[in-house]
Amino acid sequence: EHIEFRFAEMESLVSLLNVDMKHVGEPDSTAPYWIVEFASESDLKRLVSRSVSVRSCIELWAHAKDMGSLHQKLQNFPKHLMEPYFQPNLSFKIEVETFCRHITQKEKINKLESFSYLPVQGPVRLKDPNVCLQYIEYYGTRANDPPELPYDVFFGRWVASGLRQLIRKLSLKTRKFIGNTSMDPQLSLLMANQAKVKNGDLVLDPFVGSGSLLVAAAEFGGFVFGSDIDYLMLHARTRPSRIKQKERDADESIKANMKQYNLEHKYLDVLINDFASPFWRDCVEFDSIITDPPYGIREATERVGTSKENYTVSEKHLSTHIPAKIEYGISNIYNDLLTFSVKHLRLGGRLVCWFPVFREDYQESGLPSHPCLKLVANSEQVLTKITSRRLLTFEKIRHPSVTELHLNESQITDFREKYFVAREETRKERRMREARIRKENWMKAKQEGND
Amino acid sequence: MKLLTHNMLTSKCMKAVTVGYPLGINASDVRVSEVDFNPDFIAKIIPKVDWAVLWNAAESIGQLEGLPKDIVENYENDHDFLKKAHHVLLEVDIINGELICPETGRKFPISNGIPNLLLNEDEV
Repeated sequence: EHIEFRFAEMESLVSLLNVDMKHVGEPDSTAPYWIVEFASESDLKRLVSRSVSVRSCIELWAHAKDMGSLHQKLQNFPKHLMEPYFQPNLSFKIEVETFCRHITQKEKINKLESFSYLPVQGPVRLKDPNVCLQYIEYYGTRANDPPELPYDVFFGRWVASGLRQLIRKLSLKTRKFIGNTSMDPQLSLLMANQAKVKNGDLVLDPFVGSGSLLVAAAEFGGFVFGSDIDYLMLHARTRPSRIKQKERDADESIKANMKQYNLEHKYLDVLINDFASPFWRDCVEFDSIITDPPYGIREATERVGTSKENYTVSEKHLSTHIPAKIEYGISNIYNDLLTFSVKHLRLGGRLVCWFPVFREDYQESGLPSHPCLKLVANSEQVLTKITSRRLLTFEKIRHPSVTELHLNESQITDFREKYFVAREETRKERRMREARIRKENWMKAKQEGND
Repeated sequence: MKLLTHNMLTSKCMKAVTVGYPLGINASDVRVSEVDFNPDFIAKIIPKVDWAVLWNAAESIGQLEGLPKDIVENYENDHDFLKKAHHVLLEVDIINGELICPETGRKFPISNGIPNLLLNEDEV
């Protein structure tokens, strides 16, 4: 899952946390594990505990192609490195893990007992032991067809785990206020990591929706702003997204979501604001902008405007007037988003956003770009056979000149255009095919009638 | 809407407006609540804020609570000053009211703490 995103996330975190992490040998992008070196255990803990991609990290004591060789290596492992963890007052546990292969409880116990030579002195404790040792067998990545024997076996001491628990805690299933396009916690936290959010940062989501990205940024210490053109969404008066929910609760809101996770102290404000006409002062600077703009498929891409000429709102209607909206093309949205970011990010700050693509048409030159922004990461998430979206991370490398605030990137590929054209054609083709079949059946029936 | 946010907003994007800052405030419901005090964040924010605008905004809704009219020297280490700034920036919340464009007089309603800054079609 989300394999492409790993390298990008690690790069961002290594830079954010100033951690030196070296791969031992060439990192295999298909394998679910990496063998790495850190300068210290505290560096390791800081990095891993902030990561969405990492499940856990063990201090590797032995690594081999088969169990026999592993035992040999482990028996030769320097005793003084093991001793601190085998003190009589430290409880311990040994876990047996088989990646991509199921083994019976009995087999697990047999493997466990093969380690009985280890000079452990403390008591066994299955829940929350002081020391957790792991024996891991790696059977490849095809769970349907694993080999008889593992490709690799590992043994080591568990040191740290990634953010799986936080991801569970933030699950959309239990969140107070969600919308149709709420981003799941795993991807939200990943985006916040790509943006290198740290304590005290000012973070903006200009297409905030139900605020999932704000929750993630706040978890990492960001103070958050959101804006959205959708009045009903921000006031939580849209139709409920949950199938079983008939009506929204009176107190649903983005702020309520943050309160749910004790993050309300990081909530600054949300504004009902058309991104095409932003209300931020010129001098306002954010540390990062994290967002998922509308693609024009499940939500409208719109801005305030009218095609009527010389349109004015009369004085008496002013207080209750709901402004009409017109199409806000995808390339315009991304053009505006990049220009806005170049203007309102601090130097070195990041813009992290999704960009929808048709896979067969994808070219890096069709991506949004700006001379003041450096594209530092670009990871694909496949949505359907023909479409995907890319998580883009831009870093502001210099302040814009006046002309650079009015650039028009006309070569941005417009996803929505092709999406609806493609669907329209298949609908037409389907109708023609159905008409042809009806005609054939009618002719056949007529013929049988004549016989 | 917090006073920190008010400090960062302008109606300059409107057709007839040149400066559009600061926006006037009419507050019908103001809520004061306790927000965790983070002195580092406040010290970082103070140089980014227009202090005169902040002071005037707080005064106009009766929420000054002894906030000094000028930023004191060495404010980063002045706990008392930072606490007063923190109160005005983050603990005062305008729940219902209006923001007013200083050049056109146009009113932007605030309801449930959320300002509605949508322009009409003839204002963009």
